[in-house]
Amino acid sequence: MSSLNVLKSSSFGSTSRPDTWWLQPLVVFMGFSAFIAYSTWAAFQGAHYAFGNYLSPFYSPEIFGSSPHAIFGGQPDWWPGWLPFSPAFLILWAPGGFRFTCYYYRGAYYKAFWADPSNCAVAEPRDAYRGENSFPLIIQNIHRYFLYIALAFIALLAFDAYKAMFFVDAATGRESFGIGVGSIVLTLNVIFLGGYTFSCHSLRHIVGGCKDLLSGSPIRRSAYNCVSCLNTKHMNFAWISLFWVGFSDLYVRMCAMGIWTDWRLF
Amino acid sequence: MSEARFKIWRGEGEEGRFEEYSAQIDEGMVVLDAVHQIQAEKAPDLACRWNCKAGKCGSCSAEINGMPKLMCMTRMDQLPEGETITIEPMKAFPHIRDLVTDVSWNYRAKKKIKKFKPRAPDTEDGSWSMSQDDVDRVQEFRKCIECFLCQDVCHVLREHDKHEEFAGPQLMVYTAALEMHPLDVEDRREDLKEEQGIGYCNITKCCTKVCPEEITITDNAIIPLKERVVDKFYDPIGKLLKIFSSADDSSKE
Repeated sequence: MSSLNVLKSSSFGSTSRPDTWWLQPLVVFMGFSAFIAYSTWAAFQGAHYAFGNYLSPFYSPEIFGSSPHAIFGGQPDWWPGWLPFSPAFLILWAPGGFRFTCYYYRGAYYKAFWADPSNCAVAEPRDAYRGENSFPLIIQNIHRYFLYIALAFIALLAFDAYKAMFFVDAATGRESFGIGVGSIVLTLNVIFLGGYTFSCHSLRHIVGGCKDLLSGSPIRRSAYNCVSCLNTKHMNFAWISLFWVGFSDLYVRMCAMGIWTDWRLF
Repeated sequence: MSEARFKIWRGEGEEGRFEEYSAQIDEGMVVLDAVHQIQAEKAPDLACRWNCKAGKCGSCSAEINGMPKLMCMTRMDQLPEGETITIEPMKAFPHIRDLVTDVSWNYRAKKKIKKFKPRAPDTEDGSWSMSQDDVDRVQEFRKCIECFLCQDVCHVLREHDKHEEFAGPQLMVYTAALEMHPLDVEDRREDLKEEQGIGYCNITKCCTKVCPEEITITDNAIIPLKERVVDKFYDPIGKLLKIFSSADDSSKE
């Protein structure tokens, strides 16, 4: 069928909407661009990512690296000499891939970066359209694999938050429980990231959405209801966790550089 | 009482233009009331489809100030006061006349979807029993009034004319109601991928925004169906695990 589209205009952005329809994609574009720019810069630094018992989430888990948090020691010998090294390069692909293939982010960046469409009922710049039906965007279907990795990251970041509550006394060398502002920052980080991960559409499918009958499986039904409840706030978790993970890196970085002081509450 | 100005699309087929009208607005009036007043007093030949005037028949779908809405459910006091209100026909379907479009494509496309196929009856008298927990998920989809506003706002149909390749959000809701039904045993996942083109949906959620019944189309119908398609076509590890666990490949229990 060929629709007649009597009022369709070929000019990009044409619409009868009198509201500020361009504002939302603009805000999303600026928010995502700011995060991508900061996280890329932070990943390339390769320094100031740990401060005492705090480890920046951009560098966790630190598989190889120069801080005491490194699992296997310093830069590996097999790393190509011509390639700059940063512990973040080894891990950031995982949370990055999880967010890039996320159902919420997909809808948001298709609008903000591709204008596909810019907003509802607004004319697009291109006639051709393949959607996620063919290469390359068909790859978005691997989202659940990134989810599995993201779940492991939540466990690792929770351990980081736990470690952030134990401080070593410089005089005695003894480790004791305490709460600093950084402890709260890293704890909130894992809570927000956990909210984002546990509200994932793919997780909702895996825990129960894949089944038509849940009444005979009370645990599965409870898990499905719980993820479904969180899923209604997925967009909110996506934004707050994005902002907070960036802020967590900034906090640790500023403390490590001696610009900010990490206040101990007790 | 105040006066409101309207720009209404007039014409037949591909030919048409906006014509300006005004109407006296009383408290509680909806856009359809104003259109009826214009029909009665100024343009008796203005074509407009309507029926229940209660947001349940889905007949008076149009685009008000550029957004797909039901004319009978759009209150005049929701629109910017003092500004001319634009009323146009839906753009994703062939135009017939004035505010009326030919939505018959939706019914033809619906016929291609595999029908409800219940499992064998639970009892000898031929009846089934269902748990409310299992029915809850699909009951939301039964609210659909087939107004086709979601089809109209979907850019895959509206901007790219993919009517042959993509069934659109309304028919995804219809498919989800069947596919997730606790009694249904049909497998529609291959059709969803090949015939209904679910991969064309890029999750902009515009369909959810315009639904007058507030069905969460994208999150509760389209994405769960996309995930079921992933189960069958794009998850080799999941399929492997199911083979080892001797589980049924189907999403059906």
